[in-house]
Amino acid sequence: MVEIDQQQKFQNKIDAEIKIEPKDWMPEAYRKNLIRQISQHAHSEVIGMQPEGNWITRAPSLRRKAILLAKVQDEGGHGLYLYSTAETLGITREEMINALQDGSARYASIFNYPTQTWADVGAIGWLVDGAAIVNQISLQRTSYGPYSRSMVRICKEESFHQRQGYELMLTLSRGSEAQKAMAQDSLNRFYWPSLMMFGPHDTESAHSASSMKWKVKRETNDDLRQKFIDQTAPQIEFLGLQHPDKDLKWNDEKGQFDSGEINWDEFWRVINGDGHCNRQRVQHHINAHKEGAWVREAMASYQQKKKSKAA
Amino acid sequence: MSAENLQLFEIFLRSRRGLDHKHVGSLHAEDHEQALEYARDVYTRRSEGVSIWVVKSDDICASQEDDSESFYDPSNDKPYRLATYYQLPDEVNNM
Ligand SMILES: [Fe+2]
Ligand SMILES: [Fe+2]
Repeated sequence: MVEIDQQQKFQNKIDAEIKIEPKDWMPEAYRKNLIRQISQHAHSEVIGMQPEGNWITRAPSLRRKAILLAKVQDEGGHGLYLYSTAETLGITREEMINALQDGSARYASIFNYPTQTWADVGAIGWLVDGAAIVNQISLQRTSYGPYSRSMVRICKEESFHQRQGYELMLTLSRGSEAQKAMAQDSLNRFYWPSLMMFGPHDTESAHSASSMKWKVKRETNDDLRQKFIDQTAPQIEFLGLQHPDKDLKWNDEKGQFDSGEINWDEFWRVINGDGHCNRQRVQHHINAHKEGAWVREAMASYQQKKKSKAA
Repeated sequence: MSAENLQLFEIFLRSRRGLDHKHVGSLHAEDHEQALEYARDVYTRRSEGVSIWVVKSDDICASQEDDSESFYDPSNDKPYRLATYYQLPDEVNNM
């Protein structure tokens, strides 16, 4: 009975657009749903540093190197904001890292694609961060207060990520034939995986219904994806590149683009561990974590020393 | 008990659900519980807040403003962290 009252009160708050804070009562399933989503989001920020990090030492100019370094550093910071946000729900950093490393937690499948050319750095900033921004703007209105506030902070920082990527693509597409071809190839490889970032169709999405009812998510996967398709089409045109979706067509009646179908077999294959880089990404994370162990140990023993001196 | 035994607490208020707590001031109290009650009486008489945090002032570790030049130096010369650094043509400038 008490439980039912709590449930009702909780849902009333959600319906009235009142944010839920860490010490408020919440249904266990809401807490679990949030922990899953926020930790997955955090893992994506952190694993997402790898494909771009691959090009830091080979950036074509000091300016580009400084920009890329600053962007990758931001993503590490986003990971931190999000892990801390998840921790307000009573899970530890260690549990989350373990789940990432043993494969029980997911991260965005886009980061399992390799970065083969310099243009990929541009395509990622423009398309991958662009898709992430569409999603994160919507999540600023999520019902969990700490998550909502970290989205506000992250969105502010994201703004340069997409612009530097597009600027890079613009430079290449106004460059030599070879540079233009490189930009086109990159767009071809990253366009569809970027659309997949919004997740399966609403009809196939396992968590969508409860996420919408609890306002953890505010817009559905398909609605967000449509927004991204619509905003990206004119940007591709401006670059003077070919649109990778041959079925893309403006629909006057709907006021939006009709588009071709995503290769869902590829989506599920990569999500379930069989992308180009799945094993490498997680292994690299494990290695980095192991190689950093001496730093954590040194800091702990320094603390110990300081304490025993003070005593 | 003499007033000297009272501790200083810093008070943070959340003005509306969903917003961050903001520092509003400090007060003296015996303990956290009392600090909360005092904070309610002193800082929320006109419904300024829906949630109060009290933190012992001693527990706050603050950066020194005098050192700010060297403390923030690593970030000051990196304008490329700002969106406005990237000039895009008008047609695509709304990203
Ligand atoms: Fe990010
Ligand atoms: Fe980003």
